[in-house]
Amino acid sequence: MFLHDIGIIPGGKKTDAVGKDTLSITNLSRRGFVVGSSLFIVGVALTGCSSYEEPKIDPDAIDLPEAGPSPLTEVKGGDATPALWIAIEEDGTVKITCHRSEMGQQVWTSMAQIVADELEADWDKVQIVQAEGHERYGDQNTDGSRSVRYNFHRLRLAGAAMRQMLTEAAAVYWKMRPSECSASQGLVSNSQNSDTLSYGNLAKLAARLQVPGEADITVKDPKDWRYINKEIPSLTIPQITRGEGTFGIDVDKPGMVYAVIARPPQLFGRTGAVRDADALAVPGVLQTVKLPDAKPPALFQALGGVAVVAKDTWAAIQGRNALEVDWIDGPNAGYDSETFAEQMQQTAKQSGTVRRKRGNVASGLSSAANRIEAEYYAPHLSQSPMEPPAATAQWDGDKLECWACVQDPQATRQTLSDLLKIDKENITVNATWLGGAFGRKSKPDFVVEAALIAKEVGKPVKVTWTREDEVRHGYYHSVSAQRLEAGMDENGKCTSYLHRTVFPPIASTFVPGMDVPTDGEMGLGATDVPFAMPNLQVESGNAKGHLRIGWLRSVSNIYHAFAVQSFAAEMAHAAERDQKEYLLELIGDARTIDPGNEGATYPNYDASIEEYPIETARLTNVVNMAADMAKWGRDLPSGHGLGIAVHRSFLSYIATVIEVAVSPDGSMTIPGIWLALDAGTVINPRHAKAQMEGGTIYGLSNALFGEITAKNGSVVQENFPSWRVLRMGEAPRAFEVEIVKSNSAPAGVGEPATPPAAPALTNAIFNATGHRIRKLPIIGASGSKLSLPAKETA
Amino acid sequence: MATTLNINGKDETIDAAPGTPLLWVLRDHLKMTGTKFGCGVAQCGACTVHVDGAPTRSCITAHDSLDGAKVTTIEGVQGRAADAIRAVWVKNDVPQCGYCQSGQIMAATALLVENSSPSDEDIDAAMSGNICRCATYMSIRRAIKEAASDV
Repeated sequence: MFLHDIGIIPGGKKTDAVGKDTLSITNLSRRGFVVGSSLFIVGVALTGCSSYEEPKIDPDAIDLPEAGPSPLTEVKGGDATPALWIAIEEDGTVKITCHRSEMGQQVWTSMAQIVADELEADWDKVQIVQAEGHERYGDQNTDGSRSVRYNFHRLRLAGAAMRQMLTEAAAVYWKMRPSECSASQGLVSNSQNSDTLSYGNLAKLAARLQVPGEADITVKDPKDWRYINKEIPSLTIPQITRGEGTFGIDVDKPGMVYAVIARPPQLFGRTGAVRDADALAVPGVLQTVKLPDAKPPALFQALGGVAVVAKDTWAAIQGRNALEVDWIDGPNAGYDSETFAEQMQQTAKQSGTVRRKRGNVASGLSSAANRIEAEYYAPHLSQSPMEPPAATAQWDGDKLECWACVQDPQATRQTLSDLLKIDKENITVNATWLGGAFGRKSKPDFVVEAALIAKEVGKPVKVTWTREDEVRHGYYHSVSAQRLEAGMDENGKCTSYLHRTVFPPIASTFVPGMDVPTDGEMGLGATDVPFAMPNLQVESGNAKGHLRIGWLRSVSNIYHAFAVQSFAAEMAHAAERDQKEYLLELIGDARTIDPGNEGATYPNYDASIEEYPIETARLTNVVNMAADMAKWGRDLPSGHGLGIAVHRSFLSYIATVIEVAVSPDGSMTIPGIWLALDAGTVINPRHAKAQMEGGTIYGLSNALFGEITAKNGSVVQENFPSWRVLRMGEAPRAFEVEIVKSNSAPAGVGEPATPPAAPALTNAIFNATGHRIRKLPIIGASGSKLSLPAKETA
Repeated sequence: MATTLNINGKDETIDAAPGTPLLWVLRDHLKMTGTKFGCGVAQCGACTVHVDGAPTRSCITAHDSLDGAKVTTIEGVQGRAADAIRAVWVKNDVPQCGYCQSGQIMAATALLVENSSPSDEDIDAAMSGNICRCATYMSIRRAIKEAASDV
């Protein structure tokens, strides 16, 4: 049953994540009901006090002036109208709408913590409603580590506004002044007697009151927070431990059939002759569907190919194995990773386009007492969430409904409208739980596939990507080549710094032939470098995309932080200085930095540079914290090394120290990792720590093993283990996280732990073995243990 | 050809093609979606179930090879070890996205049934077949040890 069908929220049963019959609750008329009653179902609530029986409020018996429209529809961050976010049921259940996608970052919990705290809700009565894709919620793109940053202010306002309305409703009922009434934990009490009124009882009356304006809303003092900045348990995990909850791949619809797709091995390769007799002979296979060839630019199009539709997923996979297709080469048939790497490395040797400039690097380098230079290379990567892409689509006449593990259901809806040429009003996109995402699931190509096939088949269709599909047909993290040069004075102090970065931009996926790194990507660790030397220049070199280039957890920060933080350690070595001390010298005095003052066009993660400046004191602070945690400078056993890296990304500041232990035979362990995070206000320290662990290991997995290569335009890797990822036995034995206590504006948590991981590791390996790693991955896919190649060991 | 499987103590009649892996019988035929697909080649452990108590990769186990066996899935696993694992998983917020966690819980439960006091090396050996891209490995390691002390 869907909310929008009946206008109210079904009560009773605990929200079962999403999916199945309650996949997503929508409420198209919610804004119109801001002062209406439909959202609020009132009954008698228990107070827990045996001598007091709460009177049942009859809201219709109370005269109230007609309320005007909500004044909170356009506050910072979007619409903060309470009824858009909160519904209170008769039994006191507080349903909080989460418009962001839950993919393990615990956004259900964090969004609820913000609302429930200001609302003074009883946490045990909080349930989550997953929003469908719709503009009414504002930005839903769960990407860029910004769910809290974008929504903190307005969700506090929404919760506080509803708390004030409930308090005022009690005052109206008791015929008291609102100042004599106060709300706490789902109950309103007063200063005249011991009576209380529960939220469930008050809700319908409160809904008839005027929504207060922002100036009339009092949010809590941070010292009074109950849930914000507290280690509140996850709202999803109890279900997960029972195998409950609905991920995209778990969606089931009556009459549904199952599809897998044989896609052209090359991007923009085409489908030639199809011989499907053997496929159709596989028991359970129902039909095949030829999809239209994809044409540049890739956008979020389906990739083309042939779908095999069957009674279950296994039959579809077997049918695909039996399918014979003549693939026709496309414009990327010549893409070969080895050749392309050489081309990019050549580009990195030549002057590029200046993207930020301070002083005069050329003369600074030529007059330096000592010069060093280094070239770095990092390969394509695949996001590889454990749940591969999966989507279910169902047509009802010209109406389309989809259920999928998408990071941005709103953009999915827009994409379906654009590509299928149907009115957006006829499309419903329901976001399920996401079994990991890491950027992959903000590209809704797989939902487009499901919609195309379902249209042909005339039944609900679930498209499942196998792991091979995910590895071979993704939106890949870009391959990169970089060159850095530094000049130092007689004392080893850096005076000149040149960073040149070459990579196919993500924009190549969206604009045909686009080969210029964008300001956004340059601002992810290149043009925002926080170093203090008098001469500094950041340049870019062009490179064309031959696979679909997409974003992956922390995006260009990965290769930029790898090169910059490795080079910082290389400079320290050349200057015969301690890595950490030299890093602090490069960062320099406490100050704020605006790359825009030095010729950069710097987006600053879509935040204002005034509100979120680049603060070197925060970098220095986390460096010192992490170093102290790791006991930097302590005596280490033979073969051990500590490495450090610091990086600001997604407006957060993280320093990571890694200890490695390398045996003479090259086998390596990671005895410990110490990480300091400054993310401003943190909603849930426990879950932020989990992101620090997860983001770091994600970065280490990529650095140690991760490599996607292409030959003849096709991706070579197929599945685990040719696409190798880090496993339990390779995980660090100890991992400590400290979070800076701060009431600064909230910054990102999901991605920023990834960038410093790789350079902290390679700097540690250097200190353990004397070998400097400039090309990733360190180990690659071969081998079963954490064992360095012979050339990397002492 | 129908096959009868004992799943979580209940006999289920299955009408799937011979050779269809247990994973897809559970997910697509019985709509028991707690057991997850991750790789299809027994490399990631997301599909782990117990067959007569032993952790088994359901993605490569033909359902019709399980005649007479007792299959236990995440939906049905219980007992002291499973209860302790679940309780610590919840108390410590071990999962992140949760997708691999059915397999992790089934593997960890089987480990604790066999070995009530596993060392780091025991945990590595038992759990390295289960990939977690959210990298909850450290949390899992801590939680298994904590659960072991509760069993």
